[in-house]
Amino acid sequence: MPDKTKINLEVNGKPCELMIGKDIISSDTLAETLRNNLGLLGTKISCDRGACGACTVILNGKAVLSCMLLTVECDGMSVTTIEGLEDPKTGQLHPLQQSFIDHTAFQCGFCTPGIIMTVKALLNENPKPAEDEIKQALSGNFCRCISHYEVLKAVTAVIEGGKYGK
Amino acid sequence: MANNYRYIGKDTPRKDARDIVTGKAQYLDDVRLPNMLIGKVLRSPLPHANIKRIDVGRAAALPGVHAVLTYKDVTDAIWGIPNHMKLLDKKVRFVGDAVALVAADTAEIADEAVELIEVEYEPLPACYDVKEAIKPGQPQLYDQYPNNIIPQISKLLQNVVKGDVDKGFAEADEIIEGTGFYECFPNPLPPEPPGVVAYWENPDKLVAYVATQSLGLNKYLAQPFFRMANTQFIATQCGGSYGTKNANLTPIGFAAELSKATRRPVKIYYTKEEHLAAYSLRLSCRINARVGIKKDGTVTAVTGDWFVNTGSGSEAGPHEIAVGCGELQLALRCPNWNLRSKLVVTNRAPTGIVRGYGGQELESSILPIMGMAMEKVGVNPVDFFKKNFVRAGDEYFWRNGIKYVYRGVDFSPAIDNGAAKFGWKEKWKGWGKPTSVDGNKRRGVGLGIHCNADVGEDNSETWVKLTPDGRALVLVAVSEAGQGQRSSLCKMAAEVLQLPLDDVNMSFPDTDGNPFEFALVGSRGTFTAGTAVIQAAEDARRQLLEMAASVMKLKPEELDTEDGYIFEIKNPKNRIPWRKATGITSTVLGKGRFNEDFTLSNFLMTFVEVEVDTATGKVKLVNVLNSAGCGQVISPASLEGQLHGALGAAGLDTAIFEGGMLDPSTGRMVNSNMIDYKWRTFNDLPHFDNITMDKPIPSHRFHAVGVGEISTSPGPSAVLMAVYNAIGVRIMDYPFTPDKVLKALGKIK
Repeated sequence: MPDKTKINLEVNGKPCELMIGKDIISSDTLAETLRNNLGLLGTKISCDRGACGACTVILNGKAVLSCMLLTVECDGMSVTTIEGLEDPKTGQLHPLQQSFIDHTAFQCGFCTPGIIMTVKALLNENPKPAEDEIKQALSGNFCRCISHYEVLKAVTAVIEGGKYGK
Repeated sequence: MANNYRYIGKDTPRKDARDIVTGKAQYLDDVRLPNMLIGKVLRSPLPHANIKRIDVGRAAALPGVHAVLTYKDVTDAIWGIPNHMKLLDKKVRFVGDAVALVAADTAEIADEAVELIEVEYEPLPACYDVKEAIKPGQPQLYDQYPNNIIPQISKLLQNVVKGDVDKGFAEADEIIEGTGFYECFPNPLPPEPPGVVAYWENPDKLVAYVATQSLGLNKYLAQPFFRMANTQFIATQCGGSYGTKNANLTPIGFAAELSKATRRPVKIYYTKEEHLAAYSLRLSCRINARVGIKKDGTVTAVTGDWFVNTGSGSEAGPHEIAVGCGELQLALRCPNWNLRSKLVVTNRAPTGIVRGYGGQELESSILPIMGMAMEKVGVNPVDFFKKNFVRAGDEYFWRNGIKYVYRGVDFSPAIDNGAAKFGWKEKWKGWGKPTSVDGNKRRGVGLGIHCNADVGEDNSETWVKLTPDGRALVLVAVSEAGQGQRSSLCKMAAEVLQLPLDDVNMSFPDTDGNPFEFALVGSRGTFTAGTAVIQAAEDARRQLLEMAASVMKLKPEELDTEDGYIFEIKNPKNRIPWRKATGITSTVLGKGRFNEDFTLSNFLMTFVEVEVDTATGKVKLVNVLNSAGCGQVISPASLEGQLHGALGAAGLDTAIFEGGMLDPSTGRMVNSNMIDYKWRTFNDLPHFDNITMDKPIPSHRFHAVGVGEISTSPGPSAVLMAVYNAIGVRIMDYPFTPDKVLKALGKIK
C-alpha cells in the first residue's frame, strides 16, 4: 500500500481533506472524525461496537456503521450524514425528516439520525419497500423508547405519498 | 372527550422536533467546552476485594494526563439512600466498581493511563443471592450493615401493615402460598450512555451539564454530596433515561472531583459496557407471600416477606420499596396486610431509579401468587381486578407512611374497554388453558395492572413571562428526555393565554434561571408542573387584563385576550395589542405553584397474547393492548409513544428474554454488550394497541394526570399469566427463556 499522508472525503457534497497525524490518527473511526474534526454532531455514538445503529451514515450510497469504519478506509468516498439531508439552499427538510416530525416518530431522539439515515439508504435502493423490508433494514437500529410503530408509519407515509426524492 | 380546546388533546409538532430530525439537538456528548478534559475510570476486575496497594506513578507521568485520583484523593462524602456509597473506596464491591479516576487531554490518553495504574487486591468472598447474603457468616459489604441488611427508614412506608391478618385468613375460603422471583437485573439501557460535564466556576460553585430527566432532583440530591456548594445543573437534551438519569451521583462526582483537581472542565461519558455493567440496574425481588381469598374474589389477607436485592449500592431502594408498597394497595384492595420488606446488599452492580420504581418489581413477583389464588377460587382476572383496584373513598398508605383517601375517578371502564377491544372474553379459556393450540404452537393470554399516586408527588414552581411583543416564556426547570413534556406544558400555557403555539416557548432548562421544579418522575409532570404552569399563566393573564383595563377604561372582567391582543368581550373590535397595555419596556410575570398531592392516581392495564413453541421453548409476543386512564389526553402522539414504551426500558421483555447474566464463578456480567444483551428489534414487533379512557380526572383545569412512567410495569406479570395459560405450567422466575420453558414442560432437565 502506498504511503498516504492525507485522506480525501466528500462530506454532504463538500470536499474535505484530512491530514493523517495532524487532523486525524489512523485509529480514528469515521464516527469520531465526523464528530470531532468536522463538527457533525448529529451522528451519534452509542455502543461504539457496531451493534446499535445510532452512528449510521451513508457511504457511497450504502448505510454503514460509522463506528466500525476507520476514517483511513474511507479515502475517496462520499459520506452523507443527517446534516446533509436538508436542502442546502432553501433549508427545506427532506421528506423523511418532515414525516418524522408529522408522526412524532421519536421520543428521546437519540437514535433518530441513525434511523433516518438507514431508511434513506433503503429508499435510495428500493423506493417502494414492503413493511417487512423496512423492518429488516431497521433491525440493527436500537430504539429503547419504542418509537418503532411511529417510525414505520412515518416511513410508510413517505413511500405512499410518493414524496420521496433522492 | 368533547371539548373546544385549541391545543389540548390535539397533536402539534414537538417543539424540539426540527432539532431532533436534523441532528442539531444537543445531547451530553455534544457539549464541548474550552479546555475540557476527558475523564475515565479504572474499574475492578473482582467482585469483592480490599485495595492493598495502588500505584498511580506511571499513569500520572504519561504526557497529556492531568490528574489521577484514588480513594486517598477524593471526598469521603457518601451518597445513596440511605447514604452509604463513596465515590472511591478502599474496598471494591462488584466487578466494575470504580478504583481510580483519570483526566487527560483525550479519551485515548485517559484509557492508556487507566491501564498504567497498578493495583494489588486482597480478594474477599462474594455473595450475589439475596437470601444467602443475609445468612450469618456471609461476606459483609458494609461495616454499618450487619448481615448485609440496610435498615428501614422510619419515615418511609417500608412495610404494609394494617388490619388483622389472622382474622382475614379465618374469613378466607382459600389460602395460597407461593414464591415469586423477579430477579433478572435488567438494564433500562437508554441509547445515550450516562455522562456529565462539570467544572468549578469558583471554589463554591459547581456547574454541571447533565443529560437528565430531573434537574431539581439532581441539584437537591447532589448539594449535600458537595458539602452544600452552590450548584447549577444545566440540562442537555437527554437521550433516554427511563428513570436512570435522575440523580445517579457517581459520574457527577467523578467529573466534579477531576475538575476540582485539574481546575478545568471534565467530561465523563460512560462506554456502553460501563453503562450495562455498572450503572443503575433495576431492583431485584423475591417474595414469599400468603394470600387469603374468598370465592367471589375478595382478598381477605396478604402477608409476605419481600426480599429486595439492591446490588452493591442503593440509589433509592427504600423509596422504591415505599412506592411499591403504596402501589400494591391501589391495585389490590384488602383490609388486612402484613407485608414486610428487607433491603439487602450483594456483590452485584448497584441498582438505581428505574421506570416502574418498586411497584413493577413488587407486582411482577407477587401478582403471580395472586393469580394462583384466583385460580383456586376460579375467578377471571378481569373480574378480580375490577373488584379489587382502588375506588373513590378508599384509604391507602402512601410512600411517606401517611394515609390518604383516593378522590379520583373509577377506572372500571378502562378495564371493560380494554378487555372488549383485546377480545378477552373470546380468548380467555380459563386458568392454565390455552386460547388455541396449533401443533407445537400454544397461545395464551394474560393481563397485568399498575396504578400510581406519585402523579402528584413533590412540589413545582413556575413563572410565566408575557412580553410586549405578544409572546410568552414559560420558566420551568423541565428538561426533555423523550416524554415531550416541555412541549405539552407550552400547550397548556398557550391554551390559557390563547396564543399561537409558536409564540409560547420554554426557558432554557437549568436550575439557576428557573424556579424550583422537582423532576419528571412518577408521571408527575402533567399534574404537578402542569398545575404550576396553568396557575402562572392565569396569574399573568389576570395582571395583563388589569393593565389593559386602565388603558381601555374598562373593567378587567369585561376583557379577554387572544393572539397577543386584548379585546372587549362585548365588542371584540375594540382591541389593543399587549404592548399598549404593558408598554414596551415592561413584562408581566405570573407565578404558579403546586404542592404535593397523593390523592389521585393514574391507571394502566396491559393485556398480552403470547405464542409458546413447545418444541423450542420460545415465547413469542403476539399481541399487546394497553388500556390507560389519565384523564384528558394533552398530546396524543406523545402519549402513544410513551405507552409503546412498555416494550423498552426493562419492561415487558424482562419476562421474555431480557436481563443481566452473571457468571457466579467470577461475579462478571457476561452480556454487558449490545449483542449479547437482548433487546427488541424492528423485525420482532407484536401487534400493539393503546386506548385511553374518556373521563376527566379532578387534577387541574385540563383534568389530566400523567401515565407514561408506568407503561413498562404491568407487562411482566401479564406475560407470566399468558405463558401459564399457554402451557399449563406456571414458571415463577423471569424471564421465560426457552431453557426454562422446556424445563417446565419436562423436556430437558
